[in-house]
Amino acid sequence: MTVVNSSTSSAGRRPRGTDRQSRAGIAFVAGYVVLLIAFGILPTGYAVYFAFTDAGGTFSGFSNFITTAQDFRFMDAVGHVAVYLLFWLVSLVVFVVGLSLLLHRLSSGVASKSLRFFYYIPGALAGAASVLVWLFMLDPSVSPVSSLLSTLGFHTFGEVIAPGNLALLFTIIAFWTGAGGWIVVMYGALNNIPKDVMEAARIDGANAWQTAWRVQIPMLRKWIIYMVILAFAAGAQLFVEPQLLSLASVGVAGRDYSLNQLTYDFAFQMNNINGAAAVSVELLVVSVTVAGIFVARSGFFDAD
Amino acid sequence: MTVTKPSSSQKRVFTARRAALLAGCATTVLLTVTACGGGGSSAGTTTKDGFAQAPQKKDSTLTVWVDATRMDAAKLYQKLHPEVKLDIVSYDGDANGSNYLQTKTQLFNRTGKGWPDVVFSSQNNEASWAVDAGFAAPLNKGLIDDATLGNFAKGANDVCTVNGKLYCLRNDLSQAVLWYNAPLLKKFGYTVPTTWEEYQALGEKVAKEHPGYLVGDAGDSFTPEIYMWASKCGANHITGPKAVSVNTTSEACTKMAKLMDVLIKNKSMSISGVFSTDFGKNEADKVLLMPGPAWFGGAVFRDTLKVPAKQIAAAPIPQWKGDSDVSTGNVGGGTWLLSQHSTNIKAATDFLKWVTTDNAYQGEKAPGYPAYAPAAEVWLTGQGTAGYFASDLSALKNASSQVWSQWGSGQFSQEAIWAATVKPAITAGKTIESQLPAWQDSIVKYAQSNGYKVSK
Repeated sequence: MTVVNSSTSSAGRRPRGTDRQSRAGIAFVAGYVVLLIAFGILPTGYAVYFAFTDAGGTFSGFSNFITTAQDFRFMDAVGHVAVYLLFWLVSLVVFVVGLSLLLHRLSSGVASKSLRFFYYIPGALAGAASVLVWLFMLDPSVSPVSSLLSTLGFHTFGEVIAPGNLALLFTIIAFWTGAGGWIVVMYGALNNIPKDVMEAARIDGANAWQTAWRVQIPMLRKWIIYMVILAFAAGAQLFVEPQLLSLASVGVAGRDYSLNQLTYDFAFQMNNINGAAAVSVELLVVSVTVAGIFVARSGFFDAD
Repeated sequence: MTVTKPSSSQKRVFTARRAALLAGCATTVLLTVTACGGGGSSAGTTTKDGFAQAPQKKDSTLTVWVDATRMDAAKLYQKLHPEVKLDIVSYDGDANGSNYLQTKTQLFNRTGKGWPDVVFSSQNNEASWAVDAGFAAPLNKGLIDDATLGNFAKGANDVCTVNGKLYCLRNDLSQAVLWYNAPLLKKFGYTVPTTWEEYQALGEKVAKEHPGYLVGDAGDSFTPEIYMWASKCGANHITGPKAVSVNTTSEACTKMAKLMDVLIKNKSMSISGVFSTDFGKNEADKVLLMPGPAWFGGAVFRDTLKVPAKQIAAAPIPQWKGDSDVSTGNVGGGTWLLSQHSTNIKAATDFLKWVTTDNAYQGEKAPGYPAYAPAAEVWLTGQGTAGYFASDLSALKNASSQVWSQWGSGQFSQEAIWAATVKPAITAGKTIESQLPAWQDSIVKYAQSNGYKVSK
């Protein structure tokens, strides 16, 4: 459609080789673009339309945003998600970078390979399934690590999932399921650092710590920012962990915990699809803004 | 990493192409949004039996949604009525407040198709949203005759009634009684308490003489529906379609809270919850007494805790001393709804009537106490013949009409509120009495957020 038109119009201005190349490029990108439109852009447009209209479809300005923000659960949910994001992003950056640096230093091929494999395994479980694994881990009466839990003073599931522990629990679950993939990515990025740079550092007498702090981490910066942007977007949409926990604990913990759960409640329990759309648009705006700030501040798209 | 910088001319081409692409996407978005905005027409309906019926198709397939337990009912109907084309769909029955049915109905309303013809829900507050959503059909305006409706236990269908119209039929009753382990009670030399004062005294005695044994459980999300409801605590008095009166600090509430606090403190009342892994592992064989709904007999003692036959018996739930107005609580009790959108209302009505009233299912096969009184008689006889219980279940029959009527079924879940507000505090060692104001506060907030007018 539009894509084809624009390519033919620009074709005349370029040499033949580039043209063939760009056609191949378009073919590769087309699959992604189709999916992006169908499952990304169209639903987003639909949500924006809902957010600014009422149930009858007439324009209602910001009234959906105001009514949802006035719901008594809204500010609590904002607070929960903010605390969770803080825990999750900090732990992700510190531990993923730390673990991948350690992994990179391991000279033994077998140990390094098997560790990479182990890091990655939890990520291979689908989201909900891995949360279910944790529901067992955290219940002292069935947990394989119940002795550890009781040393920490937890004897029943109810004590483990006390309201104050939730942000930490969700961080642990999310880290366990999500960090492995990032460790593998960071490891790849570390391998990409030119050998001569590392050698120069060594000749200059830099020890492991100095190499990591002054050479490797600065060169990983873009990867770290990339990870933070994606992790922020995913973390702001926290849903599966609290939702499953609330079902498993029969509503004791995790109900209406995150903003995404609140949108679910608005849409399906209070029959307020428009309000739900308003909250999801807010989430989108926040995620895009944060991504924008990170990209602008870091020169993410500048060439090396 | 090295990236070749694009020359300025190429850059312009990219920009132009990107702009074209964006414009294309934007157009597609607009087109789709307008297309989606239109859906859902109500053409061709005729008003009959008190609602607008879709054009009827004789012999069209009947879609029935049931939970795993009610699957037997649908299969039995199919066996007895092979001529009916039945599509039986299994779902979670909305158990534990999953709201699956409500979620799906909202989506079906949006797409304009897909509703089941008849659906079972394990919750009894479905009418509170299903009427607004235009899903549930009124049943007492021509579909089901008054003689049949009159045979349901007194008050059984109150939860289904909105503005004088009946929107669902009750499957089973869940009146609370006092379950007890008869041989154990005899061995310890105790008698069944008839007042809450005696009940508390017995709990204190058990804590001293037989520590570890239990006289009750306060760890479930439905705990308030057993104790607070039976004590006539006005936490959930639905006074109109969108009006509720909430007062959790009256004497009826505080004296029950105090009783529970004493027993929780001396550990004769568990705070685990009867379905928790913890209870099943550590306390299953410690139950001496247990106030609980009718379905505790089968679902908890027989199937979950695996208590052997001839041990569990039922007695009337205790009353406060000097209170002659006998009352008990109620925990759930499923309902059946019929869809307004059904294209085969005749077959749907026939199924609904059979499944709620016929002895072939309700009398002989149903796991819970049938809401339809004649079936309940048959059911009670059947339970006696089966011989699991150590006593007859006449306590259940008497309690079926004693459920305190001033605790309603609103759109917000009382169980979810208690679970999120009071239960964590109990786990943290706080008293229930100290949590009564917070409980009230939370009910009021949830009620208001669901559009209820709240009075105190």
